Amino acid sequence: MIKWLKGDATDKDVVISSRVRLARNLENIKFPSIMDSEQSMEVIKKVKEAVYDNDMGDFSFYSLKDLNEIDKKVLVEEHLISLSLLETPDKSAFLLRNDYKSTIMINEEDHIRMQVLLPGLDLEKGFDLCNKEDDMLENNLKFAFDEKLGYLTSCPTNVGTGLRASVMLHLPALVMTGQVNRVLQAVNQVGLTVRGLYGEGTDALGNLFQISNQTTLGKSEEEIIKKLKNIVLQIIAKERMSRKGLLNSKKLEIEDKVFRSLGVLKNARILTSKEAMKLLSNVRLGIAMDIINKLDINTINNLMINIQPSSIQKKLNKELTPKDRDIKRADIIREALIN
Amino acid sequence: MICDECGKNSATVHLTKIVNGQKNEVHLCEECAKKNKDFDFESPFSIHHFLSGLLDNVQDEPMKVNYNTIEKCENCDMSYSEFKQSGRFGCSECYKQFNNRLGPLFKQIHGHEKHTGKVPKRAGGEIRIKKEIENLKKKLDMAVKKEEFEKAAELRDKIKELESEVK
Repeated sequence: MIKWLKGDATDKDVVISSRVRLARNLENIKFPSIMDSEQSMEVIKKVKEAVYDNDMGDFSFYSLKDLNEIDKKVLVEEHLISLSLLETPDKSAFLLRNDYKSTIMINEEDHIRMQVLLPGLDLEKGFDLCNKEDDMLENNLKFAFDEKLGYLTSCPTNVGTGLRASVMLHLPALVMTGQVNRVLQAVNQVGLTVRGLYGEGTDALGNLFQISNQTTLGKSEEEIIKKLKNIVLQIIAKERMSRKGLLNSKKLEIEDKVFRSLGVLKNARILTSKEAMKLLSNVRLGIAMDIINKLDINTINNLMINIQPSSIQKKLNKELTPKDRDIKRADIIREALIN
Repeated sequence: MICDECGKNSATVHLTKIVNGQKNEVHLCEECAKKNKDFDFESPFSIHHFLSGLLDNVQDEPMKVNYNTIEKCENCDMSYSEFKQSGRFGCSECYKQFNNRLGPLFKQIHGHEKHTGKVPKRAGGEIRIKKEIENLKKKLDMAVKKEEFEKAAELRDKIKELESEVK
């Protein structure tokens, strides 16, 4: 069970998760891309002290160099840390809260990247939590800030609020009815970005799309969140409308697709990640549309993460060839769906 | 089709370059393509490549002085040309050092040049109050437009009060 997926969630027929992250840097210290190891240690020490001094909740500290390859990649697959944090293992570290809903990454692209990750649509709460953490860190740390430009970041695309808010959406009906490209184009036109499951440059596996704000300067944090939420709500409404439309016009075809997918998932002995994600997406749609009612949507959300390559290897506690992974993937899915 | 470069392997990479209306086609095998500087196989295209392109547009200045060799951040030693190439600053001081050439860049990326969001507490009461006044003035405009005069009067009093604190 993925820890952060637990708990109440709104709009979970369409929304998987909401994420808010803030980028912060310490004044005058070189940014991670050019810092030496002594400076990186200094930043790690300062951030760690700030977290523990301020009683910010139950955070555990991890140094990247102490983790094995599989564990690191599992953390990425579970969306707890970013892929870029792995790029400089000798300089990077992170703190993870015990409910897994909050991570403070140290020396990623910026000195500090704090993120809050919540199930369902919950951007305001996500921002509220992140903002409070920022206030607390600020008691100890002197963040680089400019009166005109706001928070200063390594990349000029994050300057200002340093805020990136994103929502992971499951949009199978918009994909099936061929409307998704039009919707996503419109999203781009209003200044938001669409990405695949694992961020920049990744595919929209399993009909999952990540929508986030593109710009960080010139709008307040509240305005950024409000705008994203507004657009996301409209996309949710469109997805629901398409699902209704499908039920009206192609009920049998949809039921056939959903139950076939479930049948394959319950019986297959070899499954690639791509095929599994496609079938899980159909089953997830079936649950959301009440075609299947014996399964919980959270089971599918969990599976979508647990069948990723490193998560499978972690579960079996050894390295596997892609072929063996496909076999174990089918096992894991059968086990989860039959019980 | 045989590779234009080595003349041995078959060409699998085809590049059509159009520069100022001049079309130029090159056919290469994978090996030779990797050596060709028009392709960048090693690092996938990222946002940072766009940024250096944007900075090129920004640079049309009347005086042709070669800043690239002169300008260096005093704090972290990063030169302006290094920043241009990587699309990433070296430290927070770089923003001050390269300040006079960055305005248009922010405008192009964000459509804005001025932060209106959160201000850290330690940045001093004054900035916070100034930002608060700006926000209230926006609200005041809205209130006047909507003819909510009672609310407008309240806002005006609040602005006056804050302004007296700053002066």
